[in-house]
Amino acid sequence: MNAQGMRRKALRAAFPHTIPIFTGFWFLGLAYGIYMNVSGFSFWYPMLMSLTIFGGSLEFLAVSMLLSPFAPVQTLVVTLMIQARHLFYGISMLDKYRGMGWKRFYLIFGMCDESFSINYTAEIPEDVDKGWFMFWVTLLNQFYWVSGSTLGGVLGSLIAFDTEGLDFVMTAMFVVIFLEQWLKEKKHYTALIGMGAAVACRLGFGADSFMVPTMVCILLLLTLGRKPIEKAGGLV
Amino acid sequence: MTMVQQMITIAICVLGTMATRFLPFMIFSGKRETPKYIQYLGKALPSAIFGMLVVYCLKNVSISSGAHGIPEGIAILVTVSLHMWKRQMLLSIAGGTVCYMLLVQLVF
Repeated sequence: MNAQGMRRKALRAAFPHTIPIFTGFWFLGLAYGIYMNVSGFSFWYPMLMSLTIFGGSLEFLAVSMLLSPFAPVQTLVVTLMIQARHLFYGISMLDKYRGMGWKRFYLIFGMCDESFSINYTAEIPEDVDKGWFMFWVTLLNQFYWVSGSTLGGVLGSLIAFDTEGLDFVMTAMFVVIFLEQWLKEKKHYTALIGMGAAVACRLGFGADSFMVPTMVCILLLLTLGRKPIEKAGGLV
Repeated sequence: MTMVQQMITIAICVLGTMATRFLPFMIFSGKRETPKYIQYLGKALPSAIFGMLVVYCLKNVSISSGAHGIPEGIAILVTVSLHMWKRQMLLSIAGGTVCYMLLVQLVF
């Protein structure tokens, strides 16, 4: 097969995996663009931020940062706290993103929650190039996000929302990915650790500041429980 | 905030984000073998992460007020049931989402 055929084949394999994300990202992206528009920013702000940051929760938060007095250090601290979960994604992807050549840079650059989740769990057919598959997943996802937020920024408050509840598509997707992973593994120690730690920290620290404590708890429990977890062979 | 300050603020968001995305690859991808502990984390973390992300999506749900998380609970149950039945990712996600939309728009 020639190079073009290989790329096209990978695109055809990748696209169906991104359909839920198209729905979710267009909805959330539109909402984000509209939010920026009504906050007084031109459409190229959400476009530029979606292209360069490509992280929904931080981009939403950045709107209020941009409307507040200039505070670079605080901005950096908040950014690192919100985005710290990428460290976990990176550690999990060390092997899968190895030897991807120039694509590797973009794969890491565009490693949002959704692209990581699909690229980690998707069962890529033997005859499809893994590098191109993951590249397309990442690129399509970013395209959905950038186009959605730009459109929202252009149209602004002209759009009327009768799509209440559509954002649940993201929750449903993560539920399904979690379930798939659950069905694949023999023991569920780490899944339960992740969910349990997050629930406990959400109750203890509140909705806005529970992620960093959650990650610390997960790291601690996985480290302390390494022997029994490895011994039980509960890892895929 | 001036335009320059706005651009600096956005640049800091980009830099901070990229630091969290690139750091593990910069530290552990040289010629040396990745430490055993990090390899273990690479295998043990994903399940924990997916559990965490489900909770993250539901972080604004309150059990004690509003709809008490009932629509979310029902929609997740529908998603899981559909998935156990057909094992079709798109169907499970679409079914759960439509169910949730109907619940919050018509019932709650």
